[in-house]
Amino acid sequence: MIKQFDETQLKNRMNSRVRNNRIWKFIFFLSTLFGLFVLAILMIRVVMDGISFLHMDFLTGRLSTDPDRAGIMGALLGTVWVVLVVIPVTLIVGVGTAIYLELYAKRGKFKSFIETNISNLAGVPSIVYGLLGLTVFVRMMDFGNVVLAGGLTLSLLVLPILIVSAQEALRAVPGHLAEASYGMGATKWQTIRRVILPAALPSILTGSILSLSRAIGETAPLTVLGIPALLIPFPEGLFDTFTALPMQIYYWTLDSSLVAEYANLAGATIIVLLALLFLLNSVAIFIRNKFQHRY
Amino acid sequence: MQKISEVKQEAIHVSEIIAQNKQKKNVSNLVEKWIPTILFLLASITILTTLGILYTLLSQAIQFFRAVPIWEFFTGAVLKPLSQNPEFGILPLINGTLISTAIAMLVAGPIGLMSAIYLSEYASEKVRRVLKPLLEILAGIPTIVYGFFAFTFVTPLIRSIFPEVGATNILSPGLVMGVMIIPMIASLSEDAMTSVPNAMREGSLAMGATKLETTFKVVIPAAFSGIIASFVLGISRAIGETMIVTIASGSSKNFTFDITQSMQTMTAYIVEVAGGEAAAGTTIYYSLYAVAITLFVFTLLMNLFARYISRKFREEY
Repeated sequence: MIKQFDETQLKNRMNSRVRNNRIWKFIFFLSTLFGLFVLAILMIRVVMDGISFLHMDFLTGRLSTDPDRAGIMGALLGTVWVVLVVIPVTLIVGVGTAIYLELYAKRGKFKSFIETNISNLAGVPSIVYGLLGLTVFVRMMDFGNVVLAGGLTLSLLVLPILIVSAQEALRAVPGHLAEASYGMGATKWQTIRRVILPAALPSILTGSILSLSRAIGETAPLTVLGIPALLIPFPEGLFDTFTALPMQIYYWTLDSSLVAEYANLAGATIIVLLALLFLLNSVAIFIRNKFQHRY
Repeated sequence: MQKISEVKQEAIHVSEIIAQNKQKKNVSNLVEKWIPTILFLLASITILTTLGILYTLLSQAIQFFRAVPIWEFFTGAVLKPLSQNPEFGILPLINGTLISTAIAMLVAGPIGLMSAIYLSEYASEKVRRVLKPLLEILAGIPTIVYGFFAFTFVTPLIRSIFPEVGATNILSPGLVMGVMIIPMIASLSEDAMTSVPNAMREGSLAMGATKLETTFKVVIPAAFSGIIASFVLGISRAIGETMIVTIASGSSKNFTFDITQSMQTMTAYIVEVAGGEAAAGTTIYYSLYAVAITLFVFTLLMNLFARYISRKFREEY
């Protein structure tokens, strides 16, 4: 006798399997939305806290313990000065390293050693870079807690990110461009400088802007360097003490249990910081869409 | 007559051009010769950075271990750096670090993985293209903003439901840290899952399996090493995270398992001591580096482990 299968049982089983699939699909969807939900609450919260304190005097004013008179011009200028250190240092060292690794270094132990080292550096907690900066730049080289020390520390921190993205940009330039250049009699460096680098430039810039926005938002290394909280004078050079936007957010948040309005000041500063990051990322996306060639 | 002189002039020009070209060639030869060296020196800055970190941490930590025996440091359950008879035991800090990491992973692990499943297996291309960049915004928000959020929103929220929770506690920063790590786990796991070839999915679907069964019995096992690697990297990120716990978890150095209370992590201890008045050369100051080297080794091991499993157990198709 052939064992016949029970049609109703089969149907029930099939239904429950299909139902399971549908239920879990919904759960997966909700999980994806969860992150966005928290993001929305965070944004609403920050704007509600900060928007009433965000006015022109706040942007252009000097720091003060009085919440009604406090401004963040000093912190804003500090961030700009740090950026002025980070951009040239990371671009020169980062792109130089990427060119060396992609176009000069021979495949082998040494190249893979450097690359392993870079990916390990990318995983080192930012606070450890702070200790490196404190020991080497602030104390050994005796800069003190100035713009240059902060800028160099943050440069080292974001360098691995920039190197990896610059390497990818260089790798994406098709070989026939370089071969055409060699065929015209150009030397290796001429080819790199006039053909490969210009072709890779949009992607390199995008990566550099993204690593820059990481440097701007970073707080932990600065706390270790001993960047002051309430600094009245504006920084005017590489060897001036400074404070930066995230440091200001940090101190105002910590002290919000003492003075309630400090939470509002922190919120307003966060709005400025996020607006700055948003602007940078928009520029990066614009560059990527506008100038990136597809070969 | 005129023609000849013109030709003569031209001749001078040509010889000049040849001379110029020779000079140019010399310069460009020089450039070709030196550029690789210069680039090599730039590339070695990354190695110098690693050496700098190792030298900084080791040389100062050795000073600390002269004052405090290494065994006492790693087994001591009491941390009282500022008392009359200071005691330096790192266990309270390791405990705080592991507990905050565990809370974060309880949030980020399941939610990150389920987001990855949705994005790689269920979402249409259109939906994916909207959701993914939005999730990446979460990853781009500075940690100090999450710290602010934990301290001024999540903690009061928890306290309004459970009044016995402290004003600073490890639960709230742990949860917020979890949210911060979601996009990292989601995107790394999604990468691992999308690299599973479609033929395998289609084979399973053709045998009559539902999408859910295909996901759990075919895609996830095939992408398992990548998923585990993403979890390990998430853990490493949580261990090294500083600002959220510094702001929202306070500086209590008690050795406790009560997540409603303040605990200090290794990172938060470093911020407290470095930002405090501890003068260079004191034992407290050096303790900073002993904690930092522990933190460094923890995260380094995690990162190496993640790379090892994603290399070793990668299924090649």
